[in-house]
Amino acid sequence: MSAHHPAAPVGGKLFNTATLICGVLIAAMIAVLFVRFIFGLGAVTNLNDGYPWGIWVIFDVIIGSAFACGGFSVAMLVYIFNRGHYHPLVRPALLASLFGYTLAGVGVLFDLGRWWNFWHILWPGYANPNSVMFEVAVCISAYITVMWIEFSPVFMEQWGLKVQKQKLEKVLFFFIALGTLLPMMHQSSLGTMLVVMGPQVNPLWQTPIVPLLYLLSAITIGYGIVLFESCVAASAYRREIEMHLLQPMAKIMLGVLAAFLAVRFGDLVVRGALGHALKPSLEAFFFWLEMACFIAPFAIVGTPAGRRNPARLFVAGVAIMFGGVLLRVNGFLIGYDTGLGVDHGWNYFPSVAEMLVTLGMFALEVLGYIIITRRFPVLPRVEAAH
Amino acid sequence: MTSRRNFLKGCLAGGAAAASVVLPETACARDTLQRPPEGLGLLYDATLCVGCQACVAACKQVNENPAEFSAVDKLWDTPLDTTGHTFNLIKMYRHGTMETKDAEQNGFSFMKTSCMHCADPSCVSACPVSAMTKDPVTGVVGYDPDACIGCRYCVAACPFGIPKYQYDSPTGKIGKCELCRHRHKDGHYSACAEVCPTGATLFGRTEDLLAEAKRRLALKPGEWTTIPRGRLRHAQEKVLAGGEDGKGQKHRHGWRDEPDQSYQAQVGNYLQHVYGETEYGGTQVLKLSAVNFQKAGMPDLPPKSSAATSETIQHTLYGGLIMPLAVLAGLTWVAKRNVVPEDQEKKGDQS
Repeated sequence: MSAHHPAAPVGGKLFNTATLICGVLIAAMIAVLFVRFIFGLGAVTNLNDGYPWGIWVIFDVIIGSAFACGGFSVAMLVYIFNRGHYHPLVRPALLASLFGYTLAGVGVLFDLGRWWNFWHILWPGYANPNSVMFEVAVCISAYITVMWIEFSPVFMEQWGLKVQKQKLEKVLFFFIALGTLLPMMHQSSLGTMLVVMGPQVNPLWQTPIVPLLYLLSAITIGYGIVLFESCVAASAYRREIEMHLLQPMAKIMLGVLAAFLAVRFGDLVVRGALGHALKPSLEAFFFWLEMACFIAPFAIVGTPAGRRNPARLFVAGVAIMFGGVLLRVNGFLIGYDTGLGVDHGWNYFPSVAEMLVTLGMFALEVLGYIIITRRFPVLPRVEAAH
Repeated sequence: MTSRRNFLKGCLAGGAAAASVVLPETACARDTLQRPPEGLGLLYDATLCVGCQACVAACKQVNENPAEFSAVDKLWDTPLDTTGHTFNLIKMYRHGTMETKDAEQNGFSFMKTSCMHCADPSCVSACPVSAMTKDPVTGVVGYDPDACIGCRYCVAACPFGIPKYQYDSPTGKIGKCELCRHRHKDGHYSACAEVCPTGATLFGRTEDLLAEAKRRLALKPGEWTTIPRGRLRHAQEKVLAGGEDGKGQKHRHGWRDEPDQSYQAQVGNYLQHVYGETEYGGTQVLKLSAVNFQKAGMPDLPPKSSAATSETIQHTLYGGLIMPLAVLAGLTWVAKRNVVPEDQEKKGDQS
């Protein structure tokens, strides 16, 4: 889209070791899903009456969509805060987001016990506007549509649809605005989903300001993912890392992260919940692990010298991703207790079959990313890259 | 300069969006809902319960649920907890030598586990497709499998761990007590109360049941008193054998005629607490016990429902879509200035 950094297909073969591994993982996922749809959720998952939500919801959907916030975070930087020089990062980030969200949407169907009724959630007469999940479903559906529209100039360029592209670009600003608003709405609401669970969720993660925490963390995860993806793409395609863009972006990322941590601790102190972090419990251990992941980036890329090191940028990105994973896993699984102190003997650890599906979804994303970046103009054009 | 000004505008839009997330709760506060005046429920008195599980068997029968086995020989129904196929269960509290009934030390007691029919149910608030609904008159929390998408948010939301999903089926439903609402039209009430031999589970209007519970708490332990069985009648309701008009089986109030089954029993050594009177905004199923409710398996809950907190947050942010539309307007205005179509971008060099 930018005149200074035109995007171009990477080219090269589509059939290689990476795509082959992805293919095998996807086949394994399809096999597990076959069993799941014939015999029911109990046949392949370790879900039970005390833990109705497992990794298919928490990893594939809640974390998957947070990991897909790169497009939102970068687009906000470029178009809302008018930092045009980050433009080359928009398309690759948007592509990853597109896949992340589309697959999160598809992944929901695997977990729905009565999936043939899924359309009820968007149907007047069935839809319940009081339900946080209703809001999440509407926003995510709308956002997936908006992202395909935002990304469609890529296909139009490749297929030579110049007139259509010009027409779309005249109204694209509206979709960009919508594409900034919608993730703000549902990323915050993904956190609000915890509120109705009440005291079943440990006070370390149960707070009325949980929507703000999830929103701020989703934005930082978005930047963390861009650091991660840029480094992986550069290494896999043997291209130069866009250090001149990643360095200042890492600084912005730390700023949002600092705001997140201030809100996180401020809330714990105001609610008097910090004591729960000092008990010798599994919850307290995972709380500090989560904190360590969110604080580590300051030690890793806190200095300008640190930010000049691509390896450090990569590690900082990964740390934030882990922090984001823990914030969500802690709230929905580790800190969640149906029994409310009454021991029903319920516990949950994902089955191999469940993990195969989550891996398969990840493989599908990677495969899609490889095919599209090799055949469509997504990554910035690099002269003599190979 | 343009760039800086637009950056500041961006900050404004971003700030507005952030503010919309943390607006004070009072803007669209949704109070904890109250029980409907004619709401129906159960009163379970653990001191009267003998643990015979007749209610468990009756519940299975009228809800057409299969037996569930936990013993090797699979001779009879032995569920260890409520499940998608077991909506009601009597659990046991036991301590030490288990010598004395209704004693916390070296004693034992029972506790009924089934839907509490909350005044402000979390499952109803959580359900995205209105498959869980609360009847505005009877207050029964009902489930509609034809609406349900099987997301199990109700399972996660309920603090009593009541709605359960049938994981053993590719078309599994949610299973929970619906107070036998499918039998109400024939004048039958909850099967568990119908069959209870001691009146430990009593059916009626929750307001009447609450008065009955308070009557029992006011009595002296050990004293003899009249204990109703089956359905608790309204204070003004007369017992008419053979139906009100002498022909039909049903009274004007809709319930099938039955003889007075009350009997004399000794008052239990109750804790002065009607469980469900205020818990989570109140429930339509009430409980009396001599053993600490938490020890007997009932969670300690605040008087405010989580549904109220959750819906207050949601409606503050999204009520009438005012906030999202305002933020969208701001974002659109900023984006229109910052998004430059490609052909124009080539002419005017920007930042």
